[in-house]
Amino acid sequence: MTHAIVCSELYKRYETGKKAVDALNGLNLQVKTGECFGLLGPNGAGKTTTVEILEGILEPTSGEVEVLGTRWGTTEDQHLRQRIGITLQETRFQEKLKVWEIVQLFRSFYRHGMTVEQAIATVALEEKRNSWIRDLSGGQRQRLAVATALVGEPELLFLDEPTTGLDPQARRRLWEVIRDLRERGRTVLVTTHYMDEAEKLCDRVAVVDHGKVIADGSPNQLISQLGGEHVIEFSLEKDTTNGIQPADFLELEPVIRATQEAEGFLLTVTQPHLAVPAVLEFLERRQGRLNSLTTRHVNLEDVFVTLTGRYLRDE
Amino acid sequence: MSSHNPLLQLIICHLKGFLREPEAIFWTYGFPLLMVIGLGIAFSSSRDEAIQFDLIEGPGADKVITALGKDPGFTVTVQPRENALNRLRANKTLVVVAGSNSGGYEFHFDPSNPEAEVARDAIDDALQRAAGRKDAFPSSEVKVETPGSRYVDFLVPGLIGMNLMGGGMWGIGFVLVDMRIKKLLKRLLATPLPRSQFLLSIVGPRLIFFIPEAFFLLIAAHLVFGVPVRGSIATIVLVALIGSLAFAGLGLLAASRAQRIETISGIMNVVMLPMWLCSGIFFSSERFPQFMQPLIQALPLTQLINALRAVILEGQSLLSQGFALGILLIWAIVCFALALRWFRWN
Repeated sequence: MTHAIVCSELYKRYETGKKAVDALNGLNLQVKTGECFGLLGPNGAGKTTTVEILEGILEPTSGEVEVLGTRWGTTEDQHLRQRIGITLQETRFQEKLKVWEIVQLFRSFYRHGMTVEQAIATVALEEKRNSWIRDLSGGQRQRLAVATALVGEPELLFLDEPTTGLDPQARRRLWEVIRDLRERGRTVLVTTHYMDEAEKLCDRVAVVDHGKVIADGSPNQLISQLGGEHVIEFSLEKDTTNGIQPADFLELEPVIRATQEAEGFLLTVTQPHLAVPAVLEFLERRQGRLNSLTTRHVNLEDVFVTLTGRYLRDE
Repeated sequence: MSSHNPLLQLIICHLKGFLREPEAIFWTYGFPLLMVIGLGIAFSSSRDEAIQFDLIEGPGADKVITALGKDPGFTVTVQPRENALNRLRANKTLVVVAGSNSGGYEFHFDPSNPEAEVARDAIDDALQRAAGRKDAFPSSEVKVETPGSRYVDFLVPGLIGMNLMGGGMWGIGFVLVDMRIKKLLKRLLATPLPRSQFLLSIVGPRLIFFIPEAFFLLIAAHLVFGVPVRGSIATIVLVALIGSLAFAGLGLLAASRAQRIETISGIMNVVMLPMWLCSGIFFSSERFPQFMQPLIQALPLTQLINALRAVILEGQSLLSQGFALGILLIWAIVCFALALRWFRWN
C-alpha cells in the first residue's frame, strides 16, 4: 500500500521575543492512501502545527515531509494544492455571502472538481443554499467549510478539529460526511480531541503529546496494548477506604492495571466475569463498602491516560 | 468560463459583500455628498448677507435705528447691555454698538476675527455718513463672483481627494486585516489560487471604483452648485487613477503585518490624520508655516488635491501636473514594494 503522507523527524520552534516554544519535537507520521487517519491529542499537543506543515502553509524548522509523493517548496506547489483540500480549525467566511457563492468561489480555484450543487449536497446543505453565512449555525458553517475542502475533489483531505464546539447531532452529521468521503476512496486526515470520534471514524490513529507521536495503530490495537479490554470503575463510601491502595488490586489475577482517581479506583481487567467477583471479595476482606461500581469497554481515552498520566481535557 | 475564473469570482464576491453593506455604501457615497451639500450651502450663502450687530438700549440707540434700521445691508437687534455682551462672548453677534451721551459710539468686537472687523468698519461708515460726513470722492464697486473661485469650488476637489484616500485605506487596508483575522487569508493560501491573483483581486477593483467615487461627487457638485469642470475628463480620470494607486499601495502597506482590528484602525488614523489636517481638504495647505511646507508637500494627499484643483478648476494639462503625479507614483511604487515584501498571510 502506498503512503499519502510521510513525515519524519519534524521539528517546529516558534520564537516569540526571547521565549522559544517547541511545538514539534521530532514527530513521525505515515498515512496510507485511502485510510481515515486520526491525529489525537490534547490542546497544545502540536496537532494543528503538524497539519499546517503537511498542508504546506507552515514551514517546519527541520524535518522531511512528503505529501502525495511531493515535497513542499518546489514549483509543484500549485499542482499539489490542486490535489488536497483542507479545513482550518476556524474560518469565518464573509457574513453576507451566500452558501452557494462561497462554494462557487472555491470551485473556481480548482481545475477539476464537482459541481457547486454536488458539493452542497455532499454536506447536506441544500436547504441553506441561498442563506447568508450570517444565518448558519455552527454545525452548518463547519459543513460549509468541508464543502469548500472537497469541491475540488481532492485525493487527500485535511480536517482540523471539524467537530469541536458542535452539538452531538451536528457532530454525527459531520461524521457521516467524513465516512462517506472515505468510502469514496479519499484519504482523510482528521485531528480531534474527542476519543469517541477517533474510535468511530478512523482506521488508524496517532496519539500526539508534547509534539511527538507517543503511540499509533488502529484504535483496537492501541486499546489491546493496555492488555485488558475492560475497565471497572468504582468508589468507596467515605471512611471505609481503610488504607486500600491501587497496587493492592494487582494481586488479583484478572487485574492488569490499577490507578486511583479523584472519585475512586480504575482497574483495567481481562475478564470482567472473573474480575468483578474477585474485587468484591477483596473489598469484603478489607471491609471497604462500595459507593458505586460500573464496568465498560476500554476506550482511547484510557489509552491516553495510561500513556501520559493525564486526561485529554486537563489542559 | 466566468464561473471558473478565480480572479473574477473573487472580485464578484468582494463586490457583493460591499453592496450588501448599506453602511459601507453610505460612507463611500452618501457621506461625502452630504458634506459637499452642507458645506456648500453654509459657505455660499454668507457672501451677500446683511451685516448683523447688537445695539445696546440707551442714549444714541434711536439715532442708530433711524440711520440703519431700514438699510437692507444691516440687521440690528436691540438688547440690554448685559445680554448684548453675553451674545458677543458666545459668538452669536459679531459687533455690539453702544451709544453715549456725547453723541459718539463705542464698538465691541473681537479684533482677531476679520469678519467682525469688516462689520465694525461698515457700521462706522454708515453711521458717520448718516451723521453728515461727506465722501471725498465717489467710489463704485464691481462684484466678482464666478464659479470656480467660491469656497464650494475649492472644497469639492479636496473632498474627492479625501474620498480616494479613504477608499484605498479602508477598501484595502481594513478589508485585508479583516480577512486575516477571520483566517480567510490562510484558507486561501491553502488553495491553488496564486497569491498574486488574490492581491490583484483586492487592489484591482480599487482601480475601477475610484471612478464612481470621484465622479459621483464631481457631477453632483457640478449640478447643484455649478462647480466648473474645466479640465478634460480624461485628465481628471488619470490624476484620480494615479492618486488611487498611491493610496492602494498605502492601504496594502498598512495591512501588511497588522493582526488585529485595533492595530489597523490605529495605523490608519496615524496615516490619515496628518493628511486630513494638513493636505488642504478644507483650507489651503499653504496656510501652514514655511518650515512645515516640505513635509506637507511630500504627503500624497496634498499632491493629489493640488493636482485635482489644478485640472478641475483651472483646466490645467496633465503635463503641468508632472511634479504632483511624480510624487504620487513614488508613493505608489515604494508602498507596493514594501507591502509585498512584508505581507503576512497567516
